[in-house]
Amino acid sequence: MTMERAWLVLGGSSAIARAFARVAAEADCDLLLAGRDTEDLERTASDLRVRYGRKAEVLAFDAADFASHAEFVDTVRARARRLDVMLAFGLMPNQAAIDADPALGIQTIAATYTGAASVLLRLAPVLEAQGEGRVVVVGSVAGDRGRVKNYVYGSAKAGLHAFTQGLRARLFRAGVRVTTVKPGFIDTAMTFGMRTGPLMASPEACARACLRHAGRGREVFYYPPAWRLLMLIIKLIPEPIMKRLKF
Amino acid sequence: MSWVGMQLEGWGRIGGGPMTVCRPERISEARQRMREVLPEQGVIAHGAGRAYGDAALNAHGRVMLTGRLDRMLSFDPESGLLEAEPGVRFADLLSALLPRGWLAPVTPGTAFATLGGAVANDVHGKNHDRVGSFGDHLAFIDLMLPSGEVSRITEGEHPALFRATLGGLGLTGVVIGVGFRMMRVPSAVLRVRERRCRDLASFLDALLTARERASYSVGWIDGLAKGGALGRGILEEGDPEPEPAADLSSTRRRELGVPIDLPGFLLNGATVGLFNAAYYRRVPESGRERLASYRRFLYPLDSIARWNRIYGRRGFYQFQCVLPEASAPRGLRRMLEDVANAGRASFLAVLKTLGADGKGFLSFPMRGFTLALDFPRRPGVEELLARLERLTLDHGGRVYLAKDAMLSPDGFRAMYSRLPEFQTVLDEVDPDRRLNSDMARRLRIRERVV
Repeated sequence: MTMERAWLVLGGSSAIARAFARVAAEADCDLLLAGRDTEDLERTASDLRVRYGRKAEVLAFDAADFASHAEFVDTVRARARRLDVMLAFGLMPNQAAIDADPALGIQTIAATYTGAASVLLRLAPVLEAQGEGRVVVVGSVAGDRGRVKNYVYGSAKAGLHAFTQGLRARLFRAGVRVTTVKPGFIDTAMTFGMRTGPLMASPEACARACLRHAGRGREVFYYPPAWRLLMLIIKLIPEPIMKRLKF
Repeated sequence: MSWVGMQLEGWGRIGGGPMTVCRPERISEARQRMREVLPEQGVIAHGAGRAYGDAALNAHGRVMLTGRLDRMLSFDPESGLLEAEPGVRFADLLSALLPRGWLAPVTPGTAFATLGGAVANDVHGKNHDRVGSFGDHLAFIDLMLPSGEVSRITEGEHPALFRATLGGLGLTGVVIGVGFRMMRVPSAVLRVRERRCRDLASFLDALLTARERASYSVGWIDGLAKGGALGRGILEEGDPEPEPAADLSSTRRRELGVPIDLPGFLLNGATVGLFNAAYYRRVPESGRERLASYRRFLYPLDSIARWNRIYGRRGFYQFQCVLPEASAPRGLRRMLEDVANAGRASFLAVLKTLGADGKGFLSFPMRGFTLALDFPRRPGVEELLARLERLTLDHGGRVYLAKDAMLSPDGFRAMYSRLPEFQTVLDEVDPDRRLNSDMARRLRIRERVV
């Protein structure tokens, strides 16, 4: 069965992706959920069908298996005539674990940056041919400044931010809008247990903001919005001071 | 992170303490976490945190939050059978299925409660006389046993484990799936009749009539009224409105909330007395009839987010008991007298009828009257609760564990006569005691002799 139009959610099992799928289904969109844990994604797809009466299908996708991406994009094209894309995957191990095992650092970059670039480069011609559409790329405030606590993941997201800037310019010429969202503390498995107080926002709120800003063709936004100011300050810290900070 | 240190509390904000908590987002992850629990240390599932006392708490032990496992897995519009994960809330059912003409057959007084909690407490609603409790509508329970193994439990195939899990306070395992039948309704609206009942005797009479003729019935009592007015209050009856013309379900009201803990002195005999009197006079002497959305009728307090803060940082107790029909008039009178004489500021008390026994070994319902009262935590309130426990026992009734934080181990044993059957199942499915909770320890649920 081919869908007329669908949001392709890459990394569909993450809390933000799951919330985004619900928000999109509620707004009468059909969904293609792509990720590694297809058993779990099937449950989310069922949920979208039961709750919102929308079509939802699951596709196997492994960000780090670059060789499979061409075929993956072919499958996607067969499933939906028109696409919007939400890229929500990333791998964020503990920095200490990466420092102890450099191979884990390479995996982090492969899944978070290389995999994202690879699949977006494959999807770009499809979107160009379509001549319209939306792309949302989930970046991170961690990509705005390298920090001792999270620099490998942060560097991958920084790369993704730069990649997305270029992709935005490329697809803009074809009528496709690309939005980067930089989430701060969102109440997901990644941040569970952090004592962040009121700085924490729900995945639902973040997902709603993603859909809203994508609809308007906004280029870059922080969520919650206060992070824009917070990151501005953090970016202004001189490197001689930054290197002494512990966060 | 998989397990983190956290403070959790019940809805009454009493008890709790530091716990090691996980919040799986996938079933596979829940199973992994379960395997990490050590014997004796214990784990308990925790849904929306709407149990008032310590049923879903496990101080110095482990807790598994199930709120993120919240997907609806299938719905059959022929039979009404819904299969869902345990974190799905009644509010989710209302938004997803009421527009299509389906309602949960049984719902507790808050839509924020989860399906997992509904199973673990065998919850009942304002229509218990007609439809029984949640367990009466269950097709199956997917239970994650202490071993991490998942088993589909049905009443027919696993009668003992089914009865132990239904109303079993999460002590047989973690409910990770629920299958139950939704109920067809003709519209999203009820016709609600309200009238005053001027004293306890007339209130009980009115409730007995209401249980025969109305789909839903509930009484709100002024817990401070004394003497001739003892037990006065408002009786509400509701029936599905057949005409879908008046659709009130889509009218969104502004969400109210309690942003801070109110200071304790705000709630005293005088302010609560004024509130209760005003509530009583709200309904004209001749009664009134109106249309109400299910949301508003079934969940009146849900429009005030975090209303438990009204009672301040020290929290409050809720006491809910059921007394058999024959002894209820005398027993309820003595309870209300005690409460009124103690001058314990209690907001509206709830009085309603219950229909029949639940299927669970520890199910709360029995045929009779149930009374629920809130008490801010102040010096002396524990003594009052002990007297109410005594009165409940003397009149052959029992206390609702979903609300409880105070019941004694002896009282519990006297009230829940099927405990030995429950214990036999626990010894079988959880010999290493991997499931545990503050309530289980307080009531010494696993002990044969106290």
